[in-house]
Amino acid sequence: MATTSESGVVTHTHPNSASLVSIRSVAKHFGKNIVLRDISLEIAEGEFLTILGESGSGKTTLLRILAGFEQSTAGEVWMSGERLDTQPPYRRRVNTVFQNYALFPHMTVEQNVGYGLAIAKRPAAEIESRVAEALAKVKMSAYAKSKPSKISGGQQQRIALARALINRPSLLLLDEPLSALDANLRRQMQVELKALQREVGITFIFVTHDQEEAMVMSDRIALLRSGELEQVASPRDIYNRPATSYTAQFIGHTNLLQADIRHGTATCGALQWPTSLPDGPALFSLRPECIRPATTAPSLAAIRFRAQLRDQAFHGSTDLLRVESDTGQILTIRTASRDLPNSDAPLEFEFSAEDAVPVRASNSKERT
Amino acid sequence: MFSRAYRTAITVPPLVWVAVFLLVPYLLMFCYSFWSVSESGTIVHSWNLDNYHELLTKPVYWQTLLRSMWIAARVTFFSMLLGYPLAYFLSFHAGGRKDLYYQLVIIPLWVSYLVRAYAWKTILGTDGVLNTLLQYVHLTRHPLDFLLYSPFAVVLTLTHIYTPFTFLPIYASLEHIPRNLVEASHDLGATPAQTFWRVIFPLSIPGVLAGATFAFVLSLGDFLAPLLLGGPSGIMISNIVVSLFGAAYNWPLGAAISLCMLALVLALIFFSERLEKKWSFQ
Repeated sequence: MATTSESGVVTHTHPNSASLVSIRSVAKHFGKNIVLRDISLEIAEGEFLTILGESGSGKTTLLRILAGFEQSTAGEVWMSGERLDTQPPYRRRVNTVFQNYALFPHMTVEQNVGYGLAIAKRPAAEIESRVAEALAKVKMSAYAKSKPSKISGGQQQRIALARALINRPSLLLLDEPLSALDANLRRQMQVELKALQREVGITFIFVTHDQEEAMVMSDRIALLRSGELEQVASPRDIYNRPATSYTAQFIGHTNLLQADIRHGTATCGALQWPTSLPDGPALFSLRPECIRPATTAPSLAAIRFRAQLRDQAFHGSTDLLRVESDTGQILTIRTASRDLPNSDAPLEFEFSAEDAVPVRASNSKERT
Repeated sequence: MFSRAYRTAITVPPLVWVAVFLLVPYLLMFCYSFWSVSESGTIVHSWNLDNYHELLTKPVYWQTLLRSMWIAARVTFFSMLLGYPLAYFLSFHAGGRKDLYYQLVIIPLWVSYLVRAYAWKTILGTDGVLNTLLQYVHLTRHPLDFLLYSPFAVVLTLTHIYTPFTFLPIYASLEHIPRNLVEASHDLGATPAQTFWRVIFPLSIPGVLAGATFAFVLSLGDFLAPLLLGGPSGIMISNIVVSLFGAAYNWPLGAAISLCMLALVLALIFFSERLEKKWSFQ
């Protein structure tokens, strides 16, 4: 949710929760290369926030600023009412799960997990019991004496997680931790990670380039594009109410409709639908699954149009259709899998006017 | 994959080279070490262990060997003391100047060994740069004579010459440490000093062992630095070997000493490699 603070800075806050981390107008330049510009974001206690973006969007840099491995060029980061960005990484109550796990190769699994406690000079008995507990939590007790090189990627992942959580941080940062795993294990870990986050109640900031992963796991998604926040919202909101054409295209598939509005009616090629927007040009996003083959009993709210089937791709439970309207417009439609009449006769499709969501045109930015 | 002729063509020349210039000479030395020299100065091909017996019973030989090992140990220690911090600085803190500094460490290796040994002679001598300076600033009244023709001069010169050899393997092992391990250590609460002792140093041990082996083995067998700068008290075992093969004309005893040194060095390399394996995790 975007609110404007007294200073006129737009900050994104999570509704109904106390803020744990406050990122205020953070920018990062590497020489002339601007990686992040004016990022402001509030992260709530216990939240699972995903920073989503393409490679080069600055998402890892933002995470590294939170961890303390990079210094921001401008702006401030606060956590629990204290300045965070001026502290060295080893004084922050923040722990990180690294992309390639970064397990210490000369230590056993047990020593890796107990590292933070040993550094904090906890008594040996306490270290032993807490390490055993942490290993049990990630189901890795049997591997306590193994070296990291002797266990699989998924197992290393669990150890990295146990090692980062044993210090009981206020904030856990995860830098694409699942990207090295194969698809099945990845889906399983997504569910496990989400369940673990609920159980321990620690705030997670998760970085990924995978929009499906972001949707499955997050309370909120912060979509980053070329160093700027494009939109911050819950997965449902960001999917159903994308603010910009970039968001609409990056999160799932969509049909972008460049429409012309006159007297409450938007027109885009063969499609016409009512809208409350003022006259003039406007951009709309219409999700493929919001368009369906027309039913025999026409409902009043449905907007109908005729189009020729050009292509049909089988995706398991759904089919992805590419159709061409009378005016030559190409639209993508997702329907339940079924056999469509294999003829050249045009088919009738329909959608509801409220599913055409107005979006702001994202100007094409140069990647710097 | 490759034809038989091709494989023969590329494997035979190096094998011949090693056989002719390494194995055959060692075999000859091995034989010589069991022979003896007659009164008239000819080599008698009678097989016995007299040379090895002499080597163990005459103090001059094993004492010189011990002194050489002591000199080599000091050289190893001091070149570690110089080489490790230098390698650490270059690898972790030199930033954009890393390549420049690296070249600066390497360049002295291009300068002839003799030139560098003679340079120390002019610095350390009674009328040398150092003594003149010390007297000029009235720190001493007479030239300090322990500077040149002493074990001190040998250790100093060998440390200067072999420090790049310890630097290189240490630098290579530090460069191989993934930087996210250092970040992970900081992330888990370790200060830079704790990170060094718990993560960086243990992972650089293979380089330290390789560097120490280089420095020790190379300086143990050195004969030029003691010859030019060592004086009578700085004589090393190789000088004895040189004189036995030369002026003294006692090849059998020289061969026996050489083989003992070879055995010592091979044992050292063997153990250091075993240790390196134990400490490498790549």
